[in-house]
Amino acid sequence: MLGHALLLALREIRRNLMRSALTMLGIVIGVASVIVMVNLGSGATAQVGEQIASLGSNLLMVRTGQHLGFGQRSEAEPFKLEDAEAVGREVGGIAAVAPGSSQPMTAIFGNRNWSTTVTGSDNHYFPVSNWTLTKGREFSASELRAGAAVCILGEGVRQELFGNQDPVGETLRLNKLSCQVIGLLGAKGQSAGGRDQDDLVVIPLRTFWRRVAGNQDVQMIYVSAREGASTSKVQHDIELLMRERRRIAANEDDDFNVRDMKEIAEALTGTTKVLTTLLGAVAGVSLLVGGIGIMNIMLVSVTERTREIGIRLAIGALEREVLLQFLVEAVVLSSFGGLLGILLAVGTTYGLSALMGMPPILDAGIMLLAFLFSAAVGVIFGFFPARKAARQDPIEALRYE
Amino acid sequence: MNAQPAAEPVPLITLRGVTKVYGQGQASMHALRGIDLVIQPGAFVAMMGPSGSGKSTCMNILGCLDTPTDGSYRFEGVEVGALSRNQRALLRRHYLGFVFQGFNLLARTSALENVELPLIYRGMPLAQRHARARSALAAVGLSGWESHSPAELSGGQQQRVAIARAIVTEPAVLLADEPTGNLDTARSLEIMELLTRFNTEQDITIVMVTHEAEMAAYARQVVHFLDGLVDGGQSQGAE
Repeated sequence: MLGHALLLALREIRRNLMRSALTMLGIVIGVASVIVMVNLGSGATAQVGEQIASLGSNLLMVRTGQHLGFGQRSEAEPFKLEDAEAVGREVGGIAAVAPGSSQPMTAIFGNRNWSTTVTGSDNHYFPVSNWTLTKGREFSASELRAGAAVCILGEGVRQELFGNQDPVGETLRLNKLSCQVIGLLGAKGQSAGGRDQDDLVVIPLRTFWRRVAGNQDVQMIYVSAREGASTSKVQHDIELLMRERRRIAANEDDDFNVRDMKEIAEALTGTTKVLTTLLGAVAGVSLLVGGIGIMNIMLVSVTERTREIGIRLAIGALEREVLLQFLVEAVVLSSFGGLLGILLAVGTTYGLSALMGMPPILDAGIMLLAFLFSAAVGVIFGFFPARKAARQDPIEALRYE
Repeated sequence: MNAQPAAEPVPLITLRGVTKVYGQGQASMHALRGIDLVIQPGAFVAMMGPSGSGKSTCMNILGCLDTPTDGSYRFEGVEVGALSRNQRALLRRHYLGFVFQGFNLLARTSALENVELPLIYRGMPLAQRHARARSALAAVGLSGWESHSPAELSGGQQQRVAIARAIVTEPAVLLADEPTGNLDTARSLEIMELLTRFNTEQDITIVMVTHEAEMAAYARQVVHFLDGLVDGGQSQGAE
């Protein structure tokens, strides 16, 4: 009986191709939008995860002052080099520690100049912040000790100043400081916040003190926890150590803070996941609207086809056969619409991902779910019109003009 | 339940005191006021009468599309009034064929698909279904027109397709409601010849509503309707 209902339903769909196509359109768009939203959301989550990983795994950043909200920070005594050394010496579970101070400066090479951030640090800075050298070398021990005028460039600065030229060995100016390029860092791309991470120049910390800052402050201590160590334990230990070194009384608040990048990563991916769910739910509403569209068309079609239903009933079709035929029509329309929606979604996901520079991720689960939901929409919204068709009085139906 | 004297064969159709009332109380309308009618297997019956005389109502009851308000309708001895909606649909599927004044073919559907429709509901496999539908179309003289849709056929041809659809199941009774009402005289006569042939060659009982005496002349039994009553049904030959 189902086979015959399918045959009759397919004939009806073929008889009214245009109407069938328009009916399907609602479902196609509904299914496609749900899938695209979830796929893009998964892509965004994956991208955030990658970007966080590019900052450095298990990275903790220790800064002076407390976050006051709206980008303001409380004033506090800066760290000294001894603070960074103490962290490396006294806190367990640490892989590496790097002191760092930064300042925005203008880098000049030939007739080009570029505003960038100059960071003074040592060789630990690279593994801690997950940088790799693609060219040249790190700072030598004597350069670090003597505060030599050497620098290592980020890929962004290289592109702006050197174009296709090899920068290693060249000399550029940072404000008034002439320094020789000894190395080049691999590209990391944009950060989760949209900042170009490759826009930086690294010089030895002593060079920064003497030639740039004019003091011996350490603005930030970069700490990477050892693989497998608990970052929250490390964070707590650093806090205890710093309170002691900075002589903060038990009833006073910290005048520094330790940021765990893993925590931030989790918060960010959590946010994108919530957003994905939200967008998926909004798109789900459009799928529901598509279902109502099907019901609407099916109801109109039942009225329009009253006479045909009368003929079928007169010929000896059972009530349940007519019901099944109309139900199958609705389900075929909605599930075929669902299939088209999946195809459309795959294309759109690839297109939009490329446009937004995100990895295209196809979530098989949501595609299956959206398809099953579209078929269910057919059953639910097809049932009412189908029952209306099946319950027609054959005599009235045959007389219907 | 149908204790018939052994000598007399069971009539195909027996109506006893059939009434049909539409509406209730003041607004009620008596379409049939007590009809007695016997139709034997193989008969060719014409039902005549002015409009509103009850012949269409009677036709609907005979076609199991409607049920009598009172009285008894037995089809091959089975009381139709006691059947459920589904059982009546099955009775139509297996024993009855319908031809209507307005042809009532499915639009945008080929002649072959129209004719095979009742066979689909009977659950017949594809090959057999197509063969039967083709031979039914051949029987009404429409070989070669299988793939044409109703819009591509003349009125006479459409009615032939409708007849093919009615006889493809080899029904016991073919019920024709003014089958020639929409056709010119030449086409009408062709249709009547066709019905007569199915009646005599395939022994299909035919009950036809008409108001044209010329068409009624093809029948062997004429029933006159007037104000919801019949005049008994005199025979135009052997009954």
